[in-house]
Amino acid sequence: MYRYDPLDQRLVDERVEQFRDQVARRLRGEITEDEFKPLRLMNGLYIQLHAYMLRISIPYGMLSSTQLRKLAHIARKYDRGYGHFTTRQCIQFNWPKLEDTPDILAELAEVEMHAIQTSGNSFRNITADQYAGVSADEIEDSRPYAEIIRQWGALHPEFSYLPRKFKIALTGSPNDRTAAKFHDIAIILKKNDLGEHGFEIMIGGGQGRTPMIAQTVREFLPRHDLLSYLEAILRIYNLLGRRDNIFKAKLKILVHKLGIDEIQKLIEDEWNQIKDGPLKLPEAEIDRVAAHFQPLPYETAEADAKELEVHKFESPAFARWARVNVAAHKKPGYAIVNLSLKPTGGVPGDATAEQMDAVAELADEYSFGEIRVTHEQNLVFAHVKQSDLFPLWRALDEIGFATPNLSLIGDMICCPGLDYCGLANARSIPVAERIGKRFADLDRQLDIGELRLKISGCINACGHHHVGHIGILGVERSGEEYYQITLGGNPAMDASIGDIVGPAFSSDDVVDAVETVVTTYVELREKGERFLDTYRRVGQDPFKQKLYPEKTNAAA
Amino acid sequence: MALQVFTANRVTDGIVVFMDADGGWTETVSESRLIASAEDEAAATEMADKAADDAVVADPYLIDVTEDGGGIRPVRYRERIRAYGPPVHPDFVKTTPSDADHFTAGGKASRQSSDGA
Repeated sequence: MYRYDPLDQRLVDERVEQFRDQVARRLRGEITEDEFKPLRLMNGLYIQLHAYMLRISIPYGMLSSTQLRKLAHIARKYDRGYGHFTTRQCIQFNWPKLEDTPDILAELAEVEMHAIQTSGNSFRNITADQYAGVSADEIEDSRPYAEIIRQWGALHPEFSYLPRKFKIALTGSPNDRTAAKFHDIAIILKKNDLGEHGFEIMIGGGQGRTPMIAQTVREFLPRHDLLSYLEAILRIYNLLGRRDNIFKAKLKILVHKLGIDEIQKLIEDEWNQIKDGPLKLPEAEIDRVAAHFQPLPYETAEADAKELEVHKFESPAFARWARVNVAAHKKPGYAIVNLSLKPTGGVPGDATAEQMDAVAELADEYSFGEIRVTHEQNLVFAHVKQSDLFPLWRALDEIGFATPNLSLIGDMICCPGLDYCGLANARSIPVAERIGKRFADLDRQLDIGELRLKISGCINACGHHHVGHIGILGVERSGEEYYQITLGGNPAMDASIGDIVGPAFSSDDVVDAVETVVTTYVELREKGERFLDTYRRVGQDPFKQKLYPEKTNAAA
Repeated sequence: MALQVFTANRVTDGIVVFMDADGGWTETVSESRLIASAEDEAAATEMADKAADDAVVADPYLIDVTEDGGGIRPVRYRERIRAYGPPVHPDFVKTTPSDADHFTAGGKASRQSSDGA
């Protein structure tokens, strides 16, 4: 893991003291809420529905056990005993007191953490692959580049007041796990014909009220030009992005308006002026940062495959978990373990202080003290010996993080919705809980297969509903909560935006509607087809007919 | 005019509060100061503005309420969730006898936060 150097630490420490002074002035009434708001937002502090909310950055989703213990401590001492992992691989606390926030930030700084650039029109935390450095399918470990981008983008003076918030995803694997194409910039590691590593750069993706898929602006960018190219993109956006209309302020709107060819020309012209300047990355600098992400001291012993098979034979529950929640590691004898934060009928992404402490303990014992947060609101142990899988499974089961539902219908992304969020129009967590209970039968979930269901409580789409195989969007209609269903969204490299299937369903009916969609798929699927494959083959009509029989009959 | 009360978030801890009869701020919606006329509203607005100036509360605003059986209840669903706590987390729900059904009905969003997502 990357460790702060004295400059990083000083920057964060100084920021804490600045905010301490700003909070003191606010509490004394020397600055108004309007004056204070931009200051608190620069430090991740929102006012939500019930209280302040503090969002803490977890750079590219990587946490040490020490940091996770600190988050548990903060949950206990300053909040109400739990935190919520977000789709931006961050964590948020729902009940901090303003008067405590300087102390919380000071405690975070002790473990090299902060809440800078987690809100406002800033350059946000980089979305990264939770399997970086350990998956067999990657071109190269992407984490050094994520760290290099973090250092360049942290408090970048030119980009402190962008037209709108700005999100970058980085993946080193062609099997994207970051929803890269739905970011302002997607950076995809590639190998060219000469075997050199570089990046494909895509721009203009995003969700919200105008979902768009990112388009390629450069097929292959040499590694050393990464920062200058990003700077050129940000500079063009900063100059030309709209500031007069919040709904048209994102880069995706600018790309749409100018067209990819025109904006590419502007970016390339800008880049040609700066590419050989101080932003050119020397090999030594890449090596310096990469040294923080060297392979861990793995044992060379091969897995005792027989022992693992015996455990699977004796415990079908373990066998199912190992099949669903465990992924292949590039090192023989090791495995990647996904901790599901989606217990049946529970709140997706929530973890109590006790669970966080237990996870930290288990990470120390089984995964070199390292934890990763995924954009799908789960956690990952990236370095588990296969011979430890059985005891780890038992320990995770005890704390409720071993539900074997990764990428199945129970593994929903869900925003906080109107239970917590000041922007929401409808609740989303209770819908997730009810769907979880309806599909509680894990055999049935396995039979249904990969099905990514994503729920947002408003059009801002924090719950990624546009890219759900089944997406659910909460809306308000005539004083009631209603839920619009979209089908066929997909966040992966073969990205698609979900299609609205018809009129919204009431809160009472939405779970039945999901059930109808699922049973329709099960009836129609051909051998080996996932939900998305069937949907792409048969289209929307069969689902429409089942969901709205009266309407479709009348039309026929 | 419709019955209204003033609500805001308390500056020190962000907790949802309502203006009470004395112009102070209470966490309990049923203890709110009812505003039923233009004169009531003018007087309450003056007190709310002062509370905001004094950094007691942030961003006070009026919400519609009903009064039945002695209890004051926000009309819109969003405001009921603010008044009574997140339905999904029963430990933090401020339950009163008259709000038992705030979990089940849908409701309108009366005001959007401007903090962004």
